[in-house]
Amino acid sequence: MKNPTSQNSLLFPSVSIKSLSHYFGKGTNKRRILDSISMKIYPGEVVILTGPSGCGKTTLLTLIGALRKVQSGDLNVLGTELQGSRRRERQKLRCQIGMIFQGHNLLAFLTSEQNVQMGSDLLNGYSYSERRAQARQCLRDVGLEDELNKLPHDLSGGQKQRVAIARALAARPQLLLADEPTAALDSSTGREVVNLLKKLSKEKACAVLMVTHDPRILDVADRVLKMEDGRINPAI
Amino acid sequence: MNFGWIDKRRIPLAWLLLTRQPFRLFVALAGICFAGILMFMQLGFRDGLFDASITVHKLFDADLVLISPRSKSSISMAGFPRRRLVQVMAHEDVVGITPVNWNFLLWRNPKTLSTRSILALGFEPNDRLFTDSNLSRKAKTLTQYGRVLFDERSRKEFGPIAKWFREGKRIETELAGKRIRVTGLISLGPSFGADGNLITSRETYLDLMPNNPPGSIEIGLIRLKVGANPYMVRQILSRSLPKDVKVLTLKDFLEFEKNYWRSSTSIGFIFSLGAAMGFVVGCVIVYQILYSDVSDHLPEYATLIAMGYKLKNLFGVVAREGFLLAVMGYLPAYAAGQGLYALVRSSTNLPVAMNASRALFVFFMILFMCMISALLAMRRLVDADPAEIF
Repeated sequence: MKNPTSQNSLLFPSVSIKSLSHYFGKGTNKRRILDSISMKIYPGEVVILTGPSGCGKTTLLTLIGALRKVQSGDLNVLGTELQGSRRRERQKLRCQIGMIFQGHNLLAFLTSEQNVQMGSDLLNGYSYSERRAQARQCLRDVGLEDELNKLPHDLSGGQKQRVAIARALAARPQLLLADEPTAALDSSTGREVVNLLKKLSKEKACAVLMVTHDPRILDVADRVLKMEDGRINPAI
Repeated sequence: MNFGWIDKRRIPLAWLLLTRQPFRLFVALAGICFAGILMFMQLGFRDGLFDASITVHKLFDADLVLISPRSKSSISMAGFPRRRLVQVMAHEDVVGITPVNWNFLLWRNPKTLSTRSILALGFEPNDRLFTDSNLSRKAKTLTQYGRVLFDERSRKEFGPIAKWFREGKRIETELAGKRIRVTGLISLGPSFGADGNLITSRETYLDLMPNNPPGSIEIGLIRLKVGANPYMVRQILSRSLPKDVKVLTLKDFLEFEKNYWRSSTSIGFIFSLGAAMGFVVGCVIVYQILYSDVSDHLPEYATLIAMGYKLKNLFGVVAREGFLLAVMGYLPAYAAGQGLYALVRSSTNLPVAMNASRALFVFFMILFMCMISALLAMRRLVDADPAEIF
């Protein structure tokens, strides 16, 4: 397998981080979570971020996902500079980023079709029926075309996570962030979900950053980054 | 035609939030409905009581009414010269007049012999008094001296007059210390001021009240030609008549009486306060429901923000929830209001009925209540932090 980094090095990176640091707390309680991190993720790349609990993986993910304000360092996501960004810029950027959460976070009162359409509803300039068609297509892509009208609590864990993937992809993101997507799943279902995630992101030329503890799925990654005490150690 | 909004619509989150939690929806609607019914009842009673003050007034067959400017309400009517009413005939649009005497006299209950004051109306039996044509037939008996028509809906403290009359008994009793005989029954109804009513001829009336100057009346009814504008005629008449009379349209006359009870008694305040209580209770219930609904779905709202939805979109969801609750809660409240009004009417004789302005007023109060509560519940949304859900 070719090194995707060198292959894509001429492309504009999806995520570009330069000496990014982040702190929690104030005064004497101030704690450093991220310690001048630098890295790049290129379009179509699947990057896995791994490391022990509390090493700052999730904080990094929320920073890239434009869910937190950047404190120090440079963070450029899909062409938007997040250092000193406005709320409105972050909200617009979030529309282009698909997110998959540990606990699927589906809306309990919506059917799977409606949940996925919450993703495609973010697309501008499409009619209602086009957005619904998009939602159905995404559910078909994850193999759930028969579960359109089920509420989340009628679905199995793997099905829920697949609906969450469909929802994340329905907004046609250029970057997909996944936080422990297999944590609530057994190993074979977890494997299926991750394979699906990889296949769809490759088809749609979407960069993927996945945070995981799960050593069994490291092999789907083009690149594995190991994090410890707020620093990234290149591994593998 | 532009169907843009159909294409722009999104998943109806507010509607689904409400309908997929039927128990919560039911509690919210029950609360709103309760508040609405309370407001309907209190305001209905208030208006009903004011309407009850004009049970006799609104029966008058008149377009314009002359009263003395010293008259403050039906329980304190002052007299004015009858000439003024005759002068009115000079106007070409006036086709008929009826001088009416109006005062409270002591009635002796023929059974218990105790006395109580009753509203007595005196008029010329050949004149038109009420719009109800039944009266003119019965009024013929009044041409004889000392005869009265008794209001069968008067309170029972005046004696079992209607019952005795129907049994064919000859009813003679004392009115203002003189003997009179009841020769017929009419149906008017008690009002705030008067517990009972009776009608007699002016001749009998003047005999019962010897101190009343014969040329003095309390109310002058004026009937106009069909198609005449009562407001214009009223203006002309009040300009040409001396200041010892006041010209009112029939509507103003009713308003004059209602206004007395509205402004000089505490009835309006008490019932408005009751309605305000309903409003406050409704606010608290809707706020509780919406606040806990937002709190319960906070992670889901945070997820939506993480996906790229604006906080404004989420405020919109809560606002629409409030609006939907208002509409859905109002409909059963309206239906229940109608039902309870019918119940009150049949059991108390109080003229309580739904009218468009009250229906609208209560709707807007409910809408206001729901929107205020939604606005307060929105503050909770600010706590939806998408960084916390990972």
